[in-house]
Amino acid sequence: MLKDITLGQYFPGDTIVHRLDPRTKLICVILFIVALFLAVNWTGYAIVLAATVIFMILSKISPKRIFSGLKPMLFIIVLTGALNIFYTKGTPVVEGWMITWEGIERAVQMILRITLLISGTFLLTYTTSPIAITDGLEMLLKPLKLIRFPVHEMTLMMSMALRFIPTLIEETDKIMSAQRARGADFETGGLIKRAKALLPILVPLFVSSFRRADELAVAMESRCYHGGEGRTRMKQLKFAGRDYVTLTLFVLFLAGMILLKRTAA
Amino acid sequence: MSEIIRFESVHYTYPGDELESLCGVSLSIEEGSFVAVVGHNGSGKSTLAKHMNAILIPDEGKVTVCGTDTSDQDRLIDIRRNVGMVFQNPDNQIVANVVEDDVAFAPENLGVEPSEIRNRVDEALTLVGMYEYRQHAPHLLSGGQKQRIAIAGIIAMKPRVIVLDEPTAMLDPIGRREVLSTVKELCREHGMTVVLITHHMDECIDADRMVIMADGYIAADGTPAQLFADPELMERQGLDVPETVKLMYALNKEGWDLPLDALGVEECAEVIRKAVGK
Amino acid sequence: MSELRCEQLRHVYSAGTPFEKVAVDCIDLTFPQGQLVGLIGHTGSGKSTLIQHLNALLTPTSGRVLYDGRDINENKFTRRDIRHEVGLVFQYPEYQLFEETVYKDIAFGPGNMGLDKNEIDERVTEAAGFTGIDRELFERSPLELSGGQKRRIAIAGVIAMRPSVLILDEPTAGLDPAGSRQLLENICAYRAETGSTVILVSHNMDDVARIADRIIVISGGNVFMDGTPAEVFADPEKLVSQGLDVPKATAIAMKLREYGVLPEGSVCTHEQLLAALSSLREVPAC
Repeated sequence: MLKDITLGQYFPGDTIVHRLDPRTKLICVILFIVALFLAVNWTGYAIVLAATVIFMILSKISPKRIFSGLKPMLFIIVLTGALNIFYTKGTPVVEGWMITWEGIERAVQMILRITLLISGTFLLTYTTSPIAITDGLEMLLKPLKLIRFPVHEMTLMMSMALRFIPTLIEETDKIMSAQRARGADFETGGLIKRAKALLPILVPLFVSSFRRADELAVAMESRCYHGGEGRTRMKQLKFAGRDYVTLTLFVLFLAGMILLKRTAA
Repeated sequence: MSEIIRFESVHYTYPGDELESLCGVSLSIEEGSFVAVVGHNGSGKSTLAKHMNAILIPDEGKVTVCGTDTSDQDRLIDIRRNVGMVFQNPDNQIVANVVEDDVAFAPENLGVEPSEIRNRVDEALTLVGMYEYRQHAPHLLSGGQKQRIAIAGIIAMKPRVIVLDEPTAMLDPIGRREVLSTVKELCREHGMTVVLITHHMDECIDADRMVIMADGYIAADGTPAQLFADPELMERQGLDVPETVKLMYALNKEGWDLPLDALGVEECAEVIRKAVGK
Repeated sequence: MSELRCEQLRHVYSAGTPFEKVAVDCIDLTFPQGQLVGLIGHTGSGKSTLIQHLNALLTPTSGRVLYDGRDINENKFTRRDIRHEVGLVFQYPEYQLFEETVYKDIAFGPGNMGLDKNEIDERVTEAAGFTGIDRELFERSPLELSGGQKRRIAIAGVIAMRPSVLILDEPTAGLDPAGSRQLLENICAYRAETGSTVILVSHNMDDVARIADRIIVISGGNVFMDGTPAEVFADPEKLVSQGLDVPKATAIAMKLREYGVLPEGSVCTHEQLLAALSSLREVPAC
């Protein structure tokens, strides 16, 4: 049952978007988000929407998949929309109502903004494996080493967490089954009873996680791990022509959005 | 043959423990040999193994690996690149999310050139028969496969010794066979020194030498044939004897005259066939 | 007399997705009271899925599991109650211990059954006796004990529920030879004394051949072989063809038969092989 949860939303593929360097994609997402927040009028939103759709088509990610990813956020999206409808001053739709034309316009724009924001990041995580994202982050953040920020340690922790999530889920599943076989009941009772019922799962899980961490540390030391110092990488990230082209396009896109905002103001 | 690992009256007590886990162990392991270490739980086998790559340092006495004293903190990396260690639980020694990235972990730590790492990784994965799984996620593999990945991760370091601490304890018979044949190949065809710690007496049959540990001491040391030929000794140590030896021993008690060094099933059957004259 | 029975039991994981996998495929099996059954098969053969159906931890995709003729998945209550009747000890059960003391951990199962204090106490003491746990350990923390002791405590925790069927998934995995021999003896004695059904999942053919009344071989989600050890190991080639082990004695006997030393006949234990060979000497070959 817990195994059914899909973790990491990466959908392998072989499109140009999948093949882009993770660093390119990370930078592009950041540029995209900035551009999105620069959109102040319908033209702006239309351009950002168009960019999103183009990337969706290029990466062969179906809109259905994006929408199913949006589902858990639906509540927040609707709430933001609703608040904007009611709390924007302007010309009422019907005399005496709280709802204004301006409110409706803002609500639609806000909903669009959140949806595009989430869709944009989804396009990154759907087309880039978590490991590639981690590698890309490590390379991008490298300059931070100058101010003694532990870039290597941080990204190693991230990738190990990714490595052990499936293992821990499997283990939780196993412990739950074992305790249910001993008559434990996780489904009925009030809040306190249910919280208490978690103890037989949490204690073994903690104990075994500590043991795991211990064994893993010894295994890593046995394989000559001694921090990031003097470490090399088998896989070197390399920018290809497509990365330069994509980055240039995104910079132009952002510049266009800035111009648009200026002219609108 | 030259000596590669040497223990000189090594004593070790775990912090917080009262009893010594190793009480004066002396042992010399020759390069290129296949040594099996057996003994009941808590006999000090794992503690012995952990001294071989300086995970533990003796409280008293000395361990020398490839001529280097393991207590020399400056040579730690040198010692560990020469003595690779594989542990019992395959899940707790795989660090990366992709098989080939995991195998690359040790050479990356050693600062090997990227192109050279690629060669080593491909070579190591081919050797353990896992090359076609190089792009897989480790958690989807079987126990035997994971353990072979762990072995490949050690081979990629190009060590001279590989120490395996109960590598088959959590595996099913198929996984056990896979791991064992890999280990034998490493020793016989690639000249690597193998130290195998195990509870399965059948796994010792092909070893050059068998060391029995008991309560922090070396209780017996000899070829498997010599030690198995003494069922009373094995019994006393709480160990099993392979069915082949048990059978021949029982038959000899009934007046047969069989040599007790036919440890494998085929050798044993052959010996019995000769004895009944068929 | 209670009887556990699977009727056309089928279990499909991730049905309707690309990862769909039939783990158990229309299995019919009956476990009469008091049998010691050895359940063997590869990892991934479906045996782990099968045993989790026997106490309703999994719900069948189709088919039924009956206990004394009653469907154990009938409702929430039958599913809960069956776990008191069919005790399941998972692989490496020591990782499920969580209480502060050994006593409390063994008492967890009986406590969940809503028994009174005296009854729980009686059962804990009895279960500890069966698994060879010293009373002196009762107030110790289970986490500070040795691996072998932890395993015994975990098994006692299930026995304390007084199940009429006890299922153990590789109870001796990872124990040293003496420890695993001792544990198997405890399990045999428990069966003899309580008359419970015991289902032992094991990879160790020598153990299973020695102590089981009946062996069931699962392969590819189906019952591949089912019979007494003598019956199952009478055809060792069939097992070898599935990549399964046979007892060492059977392997030696196979070779000897090939050499024409031994006549046809099933051999699966040390004693049987010894007897077969001894008789050879008494009747000199002419």
